[in-house]
Amino acid sequence: MNLQIITPDAELFSGEVDSVVVPGSDGLIGILNNHAPLVSSLKSGQVKINNAGDEKFFDVNGGVVEVLKNKVVILAT
Amino acid sequence: MANLKEIRTRITSVNSTMQITSAMKMVSAAKLKRAQNAVVQMRPYAEKLQEILSNVSSSIDTADNPFVKIREEKNILLVALTSNRGLCGGFNNNVIKKTKTLVREYGESSITVLPVGKKANDAFKNSSYLAKDNLPQNSASLWDDLNFENVNSLTEELMSSYENGDFDKIIVVYNSFKNAAVQIIKAEQLLPIVKADSVSENTDNTDYIFEPSQEEIIVDLIPNSLKVTFYKAMLDSLASEHGARMTAMHKATDNASELIKELKLTYNKARQAAITNEILEIVGGAEALNG
Repeated sequence: MNLQIITPDAELFSGEVDSVVVPGSDGLIGILNNHAPLVSSLKSGQVKINNAGDEKFFDVNGGVVEVLKNKVVILAT
Repeated sequence: MANLKEIRTRITSVNSTMQITSAMKMVSAAKLKRAQNAVVQMRPYAEKLQEILSNVSSSIDTADNPFVKIREEKNILLVALTSNRGLCGGFNNNVIKKTKTLVREYGESSITVLPVGKKANDAFKNSSYLAKDNLPQNSASLWDDLNFENVNSLTEELMSSYENGDFDKIIVVYNSFKNAAVQIIKAEQLLPIVKADSVSENTDNTDYIFEPSQEEIIVDLIPNSLKVTFYKAMLDSLASEHGARMTAMHKATDNASELIKELKLTYNKARQAAITNEILEIVGGAEALNG
């Protein structure tokens, strides 16, 4: 699935990933391929990306995530 | 005819002025590029946020949100965005003029002006409607290092003063960036939020899962979108400033080279006249001797 992490100042990440874990305001949310459409607000924490064993981490300070048709957009602040 | 030395000094001085203006133009062009990039960078974020917001709010009523609710307009806050530096044509004056027009429109008693940037500070320093201590005073330094986080602290204070009921309406007056040569003066209402009448293109009402709940997401998103709106105004203003300065300096450079051309012509005329005079004198002297 396609993942985009954008902040008002820059685009932090854009590309294909296997899974992503985001710090939803009710707890961590893991998103895999073919996830149902989802909108969730985020609290501050770490976004974890996994792409074929290659892990990446981003710190976010809140924001919102939208999942739609294998496209994940994280609007971080 | 002006004497030669005078013209020569004049040419040198105009020349050095031209060097300065063309250097300033170059600097502004570079800064404009960066400011423009920031505006472009920011666009996908703003669009996506707006999209999510309209998606989430489409099915619930947001009219009760403190930022959306329209109150009686008793106290109005005008935020005037100008630059810290001058030499950028009508850029700052336009904002100040527009702000003053708005002050007259709404009546001085109900209005407060919050200047951002040194030029607006100077212009409204002595006016009775200048913002008091309950609002952030030193926002001029924002321009030195413009990023989302720095601007947020200002936006948050604006939002809290709105929530407290200090103001019933907040309007931002700024130059919106069209292109390097054209800036459009805008008075945009920041609060209460004007509902975008975008009956959005993608009304394919997808069944989203909302976490924690639609209402809570809205409460979370609205301040965020306000911050983005205000930040966008700031970025626009910065890009416009550099655009305006670039154009102004470009014109100044053109004028200077025009002036130099004219001065050189007069200088050469004067030089030739002097030489002709000398020759005439010599010929005259020789004639007198022969005669």
